[in-house]
Amino acid sequence: MAVRAVVRRSFYQDSIALMSVAARVRAEPGVSEAAVLMGTPANHAILAAAGLVASEIQDAAPGDLVIVVQAETDAAAQAALRAAGTMLDERQRATSVLRRPRTLEAALGERPDANLAVISVPGAYAAAEARTALRRGLHVFLFSDNVPLADEVELKRLAASRRLLCMGPDCGTAYLAGVGLGFANVVPRGRVGCVAASGTGLQAVVSRLAALGEGISHGIGVGGRDLSSEVGGTMTQLALAALARDARTEAIVVISKPPSPTVLPELETAIRATGKPVVVCCLGAAGRPGAPGTWVGTLDDAASAVVALLRKVSWAPGSFSDPAAVRARIAGLGAARGNLLGLYTGGTLAHEAHLLLDPLLGALGGNVGAGHRGDSGGHHVFDLGADEFTVGRPHPMLDPDARATRVREAGRDGNVGVLLLDLVLGRGAHANPADALARAVREARETAQRAGRSLLAVASVVGTEGDPQGVRGQVDQLRAAGVEVLPSNAQAARFAALALRPDLAAPLLGAR
Amino acid sequence: MTLDDGLDQPLRVINVGLDLFAEQAAAQGRAVLHVDWRPPAGGTDIAALLAQMEDEPS
Repeated sequence: MAVRAVVRRSFYQDSIALMSVAARVRAEPGVSEAAVLMGTPANHAILAAAGLVASEIQDAAPGDLVIVVQAETDAAAQAALRAAGTMLDERQRATSVLRRPRTLEAALGERPDANLAVISVPGAYAAAEARTALRRGLHVFLFSDNVPLADEVELKRLAASRRLLCMGPDCGTAYLAGVGLGFANVVPRGRVGCVAASGTGLQAVVSRLAALGEGISHGIGVGGRDLSSEVGGTMTQLALAALARDARTEAIVVISKPPSPTVLPELETAIRATGKPVVVCCLGAAGRPGAPGTWVGTLDDAASAVVALLRKVSWAPGSFSDPAAVRARIAGLGAARGNLLGLYTGGTLAHEAHLLLDPLLGALGGNVGAGHRGDSGGHHVFDLGADEFTVGRPHPMLDPDARATRVREAGRDGNVGVLLLDLVLGRGAHANPADALARAVREARETAQRAGRSLLAVASVVGTEGDPQGVRGQVDQLRAAGVEVLPSNAQAARFAALALRPDLAAPLLGAR
Repeated sequence: MTLDDGLDQPLRVINVGLDLFAEQAAAQGRAVLHVDWRPPAGGTDIAALLAQMEDEPS
């Protein structure tokens, strides 16, 4: 194996652009590993941990670009480095045709009537950009993560004092005035307004609403820490008040983790003050007696409850939208043996599955939920988008290969009997994520079968027919590979539990 | 445009960071100006160094 590297001094491209170049370099002949990243101390540590060490890059600074290739031969490594250089040059030419401002201030000089700043620079620089935007009177969509909590508190106070939205930090998805921001599904406009502390949670609810025939007015993201005691729910309260005044919005859905007890009374007051029907989905928390709004336990229930409120029909939470079909399907499959392995790309979806499965299957291992137990044996749910799986790697929603590898491993693992999966579509997600997943599931099931075992795969797809990937085609690809596809993540989790524990039929499916 | 103007004002976007997000807003027919953002020279290391110097007794 040969490791070769080059440094490009003072050369910057954003992380997603660099990851896509790295992925293309990995596909070059003879190449086993490739990294294309800025020479920050954190990235030097990643390269050292991956064994991608070369003397050429030791003095690379944070403003320098580092390209490292590991290949079978020296010639292959050199060829791959040249290919990487060509790809970067092409990108640079394509993006420098237009003369562009170099700073937010300069951009505001050119476009003084701008009213929204979309900010996704590395976390260490993000607060300064957001502060500039808010001071100049712009709403902010702050995608960046790793923004210090103290900065978040200050930015949101500044925003509130100027009657502006600060959506984030760590805001993955939002919809404002009919425009999807960040990783957004293509959904119709309509009468449901959302306030969401989770991007994937918002995607799941609006996609389900689209399937149920409802659209959204606005979906205001607030970032995962808004209802913490430190931030105090500043943006959630502001967003609720804005949706209360919005003529298009007839009902509201709030999506969050459980609020801090110190913030809960203010949240309840803000909900009551809207004067509109409000559905609250704080995954893991039920409403207090007398609390305003309709509190639900799953993202699926959030969508169906708000639809029922709008259509003025009665609603009660149910385990499945079509219990008879589930009963027939489970009977046809027969009982599954072994352990459940949840492999998720959406963190909130993994969290939701964990909350549902823990009481049904007993203590779950994995990296989700309070006091998670790692590889404890037994059933597991993993969020593959968590930091420990994504250091120096693209998020699994952008690059499906990392999960595909784990699915194939599950086929060789005699202990795994059921795979539980999610697939998240929309603008920004991979162009055809079902393809890699379907191929991996097919292989894993064949491997298990050759060993005399059966492997059941259960999934749900967050997406709409309007998405670039098209939800129907993605579902068809999964079904063709033998995956059981359910209408929502909660239903998929329950289906998986039912396959392992037929005795759950009474509580989950009711009396025959 | 503040919240007092309502949420339904036409968006005019300045994008700072991933150019993917500028492309997305443009694909939805909105005016977008993309900032060719680079890390400030010296980056956060200089800020960290300054903070450290302030902590040291003179």
